[in-house]
Parts: sequence; structure tokens; C-alpha cells
Amino acid sequence: MFKWLEKNLPKVVLAPAVGLISWFVYGFVLWTFYISFTNSKILPKYELWGVGQYFKLWASRKWLIAVDNLLIFTALFLIICIVLGIILAIFLDQKIRAEGVLRTIYLYPMALSFIVTGTAWKWILNPTLGIQKMFIDWGFENFTFDWLVNREMAIYTIVIAGVWQSAGFVMALFLAGLRSIEDEIVKAAKIDGANLFTLYWKILIPMMRPVFFTSFVILVHISIKSYDLIVALTQGGPGISTTMPALYMTQTAFHKSQVALSAASAMMMFMAVAAVIIPYLYSELRRENVS
Amino acid sequence: MSANISTSYKQLEQKSKITNMMLRWFLYFVLILFASYFIFPLYVMIVTSLKTMEEIRQGTLLTWPSQLNFESWGVAWGGRGYGAGDTFLRPYFWNSIKMVVPAVFFSTFIGAMSGYVLTKWRFKGDKWVFLFLLFGCFIPYQAILLPMARTLGVLGISNSIIGLVVVHSVYGIPFTTLFFRNYYVSIPNELVKAARIDGAGFFKIFFKILLPISAPIIVVTVIWQFTQIWNDFLFGSTFSFGKAAPIQVALNNMVLSSTSVKEYNVDMASAIIAGIPTLIVYVLAGKYFIRGLTSGAVKG
Repeated sequence: MFKWLEKNLPKVVLAPAVGLISWFVYGFVLWTFYISFTNSKILPKYELWGVGQYFKLWASRKWLIAVDNLLIFTALFLIICIVLGIILAIFLDQKIRAEGVLRTIYLYPMALSFIVTGTAWKWILNPTLGIQKMFIDWGFENFTFDWLVNREMAIYTIVIAGVWQSAGFVMALFLAGLRSIEDEIVKAAKIDGANLFTLYWKILIPMMRPVFFTSFVILVHISIKSYDLIVALTQGGPGISTTMPALYMTQTAFHKSQVALSAASAMMMFMAVAAVIIPYLYSELRRENVS
Repeated sequence: MSANISTSYKQLEQKSKITNMMLRWFLYFVLILFASYFIFPLYVMIVTSLKTMEEIRQGTLLTWPSQLNFESWGVAWGGRGYGAGDTFLRPYFWNSIKMVVPAVFFSTFIGAMSGYVLTKWRFKGDKWVFLFLLFGCFIPYQAILLPMARTLGVLGISNSIIGLVVVHSVYGIPFTTLFFRNYYVSIPNELVKAARIDGAGFFKIFFKILLPISAPIIVVTVIWQFTQIWNDFLFGSTFSFGKAAPIQVALNNMVLSSTSVKEYNVDMASAIIAGIPTLIVYVLAGKYFIRGLTSGAVKG
């Protein structure tokens, strides 16, 4: 017995982590998956009911709005964060004075919770006392900025706050990428007569492909999971116009007591994330094996 | 002829100097422009929290307060002193501390051990075990909320700080394991082999050889976990309410509670109070914070 323990000690030490993750991650996901095929309401029931919940989900107007919002949000969030991140990284890479201070300023929102961020932006975007009033007081009397309470536009306020929170992070990723490129490449390009624009556009940015990939995965992941920001900024409103899948899931489960339906929506989110993450993990692992 | 060439060359040089300077100015202009976009909300939060409501209604977002008024900070932190319905952050701040400290400790400890085994006591299939754990970083937590709520109920720790400690400890393991594994992988195996030949055992090697050189990764991990758990809202709002809520949940409740008059100064003071611990950590240890972000860069 003692001998066995001594020989297998490493595995015994690893066991709690593996056990906990098996149960709390894989077991729980399977449970949710199973429940999505039942007709559970407030309490989980275990008789199978088929794929009805998924039909119900995709026939629900609220879910369709949520998916629509997710697509709009993800597209804008991705493009703006990456473009902004690259521009800031390249500009910061030009031997800028006070680079450290600027970097700190660009990245600090990442240290704040989405609830804090949401609270701040809600106040700034508030039509009666926020930005709108500021511009009116400055003399732009017809200035209106009511996106927060406007059904059509409210989703874009979430983009504004989300970009504010995450763009600095993308900047940090790209800056790290640019700094890891060997000086020889830059020097060689300069000797060949490449100007700054060609250097970045034709040589350095194409070399950043892995960073693009990482940023893409992280940003999509953030946007699929976005929940806190919406709760703090709009609570899904006005009406249900800024609902997103994560909000739909918790509302359906805990306010509407439709456990099976919310499990189905959670599984849709899970599959969306898996579709992005599995290729990413695969490529990361392959890269590690090669090097 | 030759004079001609040299003047035109000089002109060219002059010209390129001017374009260069213009370019630099443009560079700084853009960088500062964006810096102001990023700093703007923080500035507005601080300024607003220091104004009276009267002043807020009269001025704009940017106006500096005529006199610094810390009253709303007092209200946000300690309330107004009348019983029911008086919500303030102090008790929830302590809730968050009581939740963060043990959760960070447990997840970091388990992660360090797992990272150690996965790199220095390799066995067949350890790569798959790592991948198995790593996937836990990415799952959308909506897929585990329902069974977790039931499990906490069965264990009798729903709506309690202990429950949140368990949840955060468990879902932190994939990240902490990732951090330690990636750090220990870069430490030469010869160190461990030599110690093994000298007869050092599993734990002795960990505590005498690896732990003393682990300070940087421990800092990265602790900062990462602290920030994630302190800022969490999904678990906090799903598994706790009322008195056991962590600070982010309390902040959200305070801001949403519809009293007759909306007090934006108190809202902003509350938001700053909820954000200040992670902000301080970020300013003091930004380097480690960024390292955690870029190497564990997976969580939203």
C-alpha cells in the first residue's frame, strides 16, 4: 500500500484537479446537455422529451433578437478592437516618450469589472445629464445622443463600452508581438528601401498572423459570454432590444423557470464557443509540438 | 553641376526632416486623443462622485467640482444611517474579501501542484490530461450554472460565501494550472533529476527547489485570480443574494434600485469603491497583470 502510494504520488496529487474538473466542468455540461432534451420547468425532470426545446428556442422571438444582437456586437467589437489595437500598438512602437504611461492608460479598463464599466458608461450616456447635455451646454443646441434609450441604437452603446474595455488588451497583444520580431528583419527591410508604411503593411502585420488569431479567439469568446456589461448598462432593454444569449439563458432559467429551454440555450452557446476554441487549441498544441 | 546635386540633396533632407516632424506630431496627437478616450470615463466617475446633485444638474460631465465634496463616498460606503432599504457597500466589500482570499489560495495551490506534476513527473498521456483541464478555461459558464445551483443547494451552501469560494476555486483551477505548467516547463529538468538522485522526494523537490523560484508566477497567478474573482458578477449574482452577495452584485443592486431621486454622485462613488482594489493592484503590479493577461489570455 505504502509502496503503491509512493510510486503513484504524482498522480494522487493531480487527482483532485482532474476529479474536480471532470465533475464540475464535464459532468455539469453533460447534465445540462441531457436536461435540454427534457421538458423541465422549475425543477429538473429526467424523462426524455426529444429536441422540442431546441425548436422552441429557435422559434422564440427573444432568442432570435439575442442571436442577432450577438452577431452585430461580435462583428463590430472584433473589427474595432483589432483595428484600434493595431493602430495603438504600431504608434506606441515608434520610440514614443512616456510609452509606459500611455500603455497603462490604454489598458487599465481591463482591471475593472464590467459592472463598474457599465455603471460609468450608463451615467455618461444618460440622455438627460450625460454627453448630450454636455454638448448642448457647449452650444450645440440640437445635439441629441439618446442611444441608450433608443431601441434601434442601444446595442451600439454596448459596443462603445465593450471596445473601451478591451481595445487596450488587443493593443498589448500586438505590441508584444511586434516586440518579439527580430531587429534583423526590420533592418533588412529598411536597407531594401522599405518605408515605414510598407514595413508595417507588407512585412510586420502579415507576420502577426498568430496574434490576429489569438485576438480573434479571445474577443469572440468575450462577446459570446458577455453578460455583466449588458446587465449593468441596459438590462437587455429598452424592451428586449439588447438581449444577448447569456442574458437570455439566465432570465429563462431563473425568472421564467424554464429550465430545459434555458439549458438548450446554454448548449447553443457552448457549441458556439467550442466551434471557435477547439481549432484554436488544436493549432496551439501543434505549434508547441513543432517547436 | 555637383553644387546643384548637393543643394537638392540638402533640400530633400530638409523636406524629409519636416515630414518626419509632422509625422511625429501626428503620432502624439493620435496617441493622446485615444488616451483621453480611455481616461474620460474614469475622470467623469471621480469628478461626479465629488459633486453635489445640485452641481451635477447645473454643470456638465467635465466640469470640475467647485468644492470637493466627499459626502457621497461616505454614503456609498456606510449608508445614511436609517434602517431598512439603506444599502451601502461596506458589508459587501468584506464579503468579497472573505470570498477572494480563500478562493485565490485554494486555486493557486492546486494549480501549482498540478503544474508541477504535469511538467516534472511526466507520465503517459499527461498531455491529454493537460488539454482536458485546459478546456475548462473556455467553457461558457452558462452551461454549468443550472447543475451548479442544484449542487450548492444539495450541499447546503447556496447563497453563502462558502459556496462562492467553492465555485471560484474550482473554475480557477484550469487557469492556475495553465500558468504554473507553462512556467515550470521552462525550468530545466536537470535540476529535478539531480535532486532525485540525491534522494529528495516528491514534496521535498517541490518545496525546496521549485517553490523558491516560483515567485514571479505566483504573483501573476494571484493577481489574475484576484482580479477575476473580485470582478465576477455571473456567479455572484446567480448563487447569492441579500446579505451574502459580493460587492459587484451589491453595486449593481445599488445602481438599479429605483429610489425617488437618482443620486449619480453616490453611484459613481460606489463604482469607484468596487473598482479600486483591482485598480490598485493593476497600477502597482501592471507588469505581472499584463503577463497574466497575455499568457492566460482566454477569459472574458
